[in-house]
Amino acid sequence: MDTGAETVTGKDRYKAGVMEYRKMGYWVPDYEPKDTDMLALFRVTPQDGVDPIEAAAAVAGESSTATWTVVWTDRLTAAEKYRAKCYRVDPVPNAPGQYFAYIAYDLDLFEPGSIANLTASIIGNVFGFKPLKALRLEDMRIPVGYVKTFDGPPTGIVVERERLDKFGRPLLGATVKPKLGLSGRNYGRVVYEALKGGLDFTKDDENINSQPFMHWRDRFLYCMEAVNRAQAATGEIKGTYLNVTAATMEDMYERAEFAKELGSTIVMIDLVIGYTAIQSMSKWARKNDMILHLHRAGHSTYTRQKTHGVSFRVIAKWMRLAGVDHIHAGTIVGKLEGDPSATKGYYDICREPYNRQNLERGLFFHQDWVSTRAVMPVASGGIHAGQMHQLIHLLGEDTVLQFGGGTIGHPMGIAAGAQANRIALEAMILARNEGKDIMEEGPEILRAAARHSTPLKQALEVWKDVTFNYASTDTPDFVPTATPSF
Amino acid sequence: MPMRLTQGTFSFLPDLTDEQITAQVQYCLDRGWAVNIEFTDDPHPRNTYWEMWGHPMFDVADAGGVMMELAECRKVYGDRYIRLSAFDSSPGWESLRLSFIVNRPAEEPGFRLERQELAGRMMRYTTHPYAAGKPAGERYGND
Repeated sequence: MDTGAETVTGKDRYKAGVMEYRKMGYWVPDYEPKDTDMLALFRVTPQDGVDPIEAAAAVAGESSTATWTVVWTDRLTAAEKYRAKCYRVDPVPNAPGQYFAYIAYDLDLFEPGSIANLTASIIGNVFGFKPLKALRLEDMRIPVGYVKTFDGPPTGIVVERERLDKFGRPLLGATVKPKLGLSGRNYGRVVYEALKGGLDFTKDDENINSQPFMHWRDRFLYCMEAVNRAQAATGEIKGTYLNVTAATMEDMYERAEFAKELGSTIVMIDLVIGYTAIQSMSKWARKNDMILHLHRAGHSTYTRQKTHGVSFRVIAKWMRLAGVDHIHAGTIVGKLEGDPSATKGYYDICREPYNRQNLERGLFFHQDWVSTRAVMPVASGGIHAGQMHQLIHLLGEDTVLQFGGGTIGHPMGIAAGAQANRIALEAMILARNEGKDIMEEGPEILRAAARHSTPLKQALEVWKDVTFNYASTDTPDFVPTATPSF
Repeated sequence: MPMRLTQGTFSFLPDLTDEQITAQVQYCLDRGWAVNIEFTDDPHPRNTYWEMWGHPMFDVADAGGVMMELAECRKVYGDRYIRLSAFDSSPGWESLRLSFIVNRPAEEPGFRLERQELAGRMMRYTTHPYAAGKPAGERYGND
């Protein structure tokens, strides 16, 4: 791999015709990124016979100013400033034919406070570029000057806890099941039982909007009856994520307003509504003191495969900027994809004030969040009370643990399932705070707690052997001892 | 079935013994958090400001000191709800890290839910603690 700079300068640079990207100024190996630059790390898989440096330079070019041929109108601009600069290309460890390309973008390339604009550049045309077999956006470093153009989460972890009056433990939730087909009246029953039993939240699923079997107003009305009944029965603040995802912004605003009028503390949206709609709903949530839950519906279509798409860690960064309060970020032990180290990296992105580079967790850059509020990661999908020690150990306490089947599928009913989860959670937090090694003693702590709780005893019995042990597709490329090649 | 207020971190467990409370307090103090004692006779879920039993204990290092204060508080307000909370002044948090009930009234009468029916099936909900129907000081036991 020839890594030397070959940038053509002067009159020759603008001679009509086609020129290699690396010669046009998109490969600058001695470039030192500025603190104000946007940095992106791509995994590039060039077509056979394509030079990796040229492929990486092409990615820089096609995600910034370049087109396929030289244009003289570049000379009407400060072209050197606007060209993205690929400044480093490394072979990916243990992955022949794949290269990590580091690219720096000048801050002036991006409209302040717009995820749509940021992504139109970074993941716009370039992913379909023919000389590449595949391309993946692995990570980004967003300069603080750009971070500060976003409002960030409308509520954030601390204020959410204050508003709900819940401290020192993960929040507990459940998605109403079956996800499709329940009438509003039956749906509210599930919400009531789960909240009365001990959960903090229930949740609409991603595809519950307004279907023939249950229109949205009906669902909202019955759900809020259930929330208020459960709140009175327990003296504790309860909530249900009312999914306001709809076909148009007007519809979403109408649904969100209705949720507000009914006294809901939280509304929910799906990732598929798009970045602009997410930012609009974030502004609405901020204005109306509403917690905003994001279900990452659709993300696996582009986050899961290692060679092509966008890593979820990048999506998590964009969503913290766009401003959501909750985001599904994986369970590690549950039914959905999630390598432990990579998942911990996502959690760090959501919650930490400053992310240090951590290759083992897939964090390639330092990222300063400059007081942007934190996003509460949500662990949902195939988890149950018997895993409580693992969940707390792996995910920490600032998270929402969502036991859908693990609540509703309890043999004694929904309220018993909720109670089992809450008791398991509180017993585990109590023990952890007392200094017990919960990974070592977890099963015994649960058994001891089950001595005064029949529902927990039954939950442990029913789901005792349920695990989802499959190899993850999306894993970090670096093991703790390895360092990047050059 | 009697009502049990489930505010706080450990309300689903049997009432904590003083030994268990001491361990939780020490966990908080070891992290540099200030423990605060509060009491109330109005357990409404939105009643944020319970009465403070003195200031948060910013400079106490040993759980024994907190437990002595708790014992004093119980002597006076043992017929009410008492909670301990731990405040963390770290940048970016500056809020509570833990909050749990350590004393309950002998009976917990619970809450009445009032509904106001409006047009279009719209409903306004209000939660009333039954105990709060009486004047402050007469809600639980005798003062």
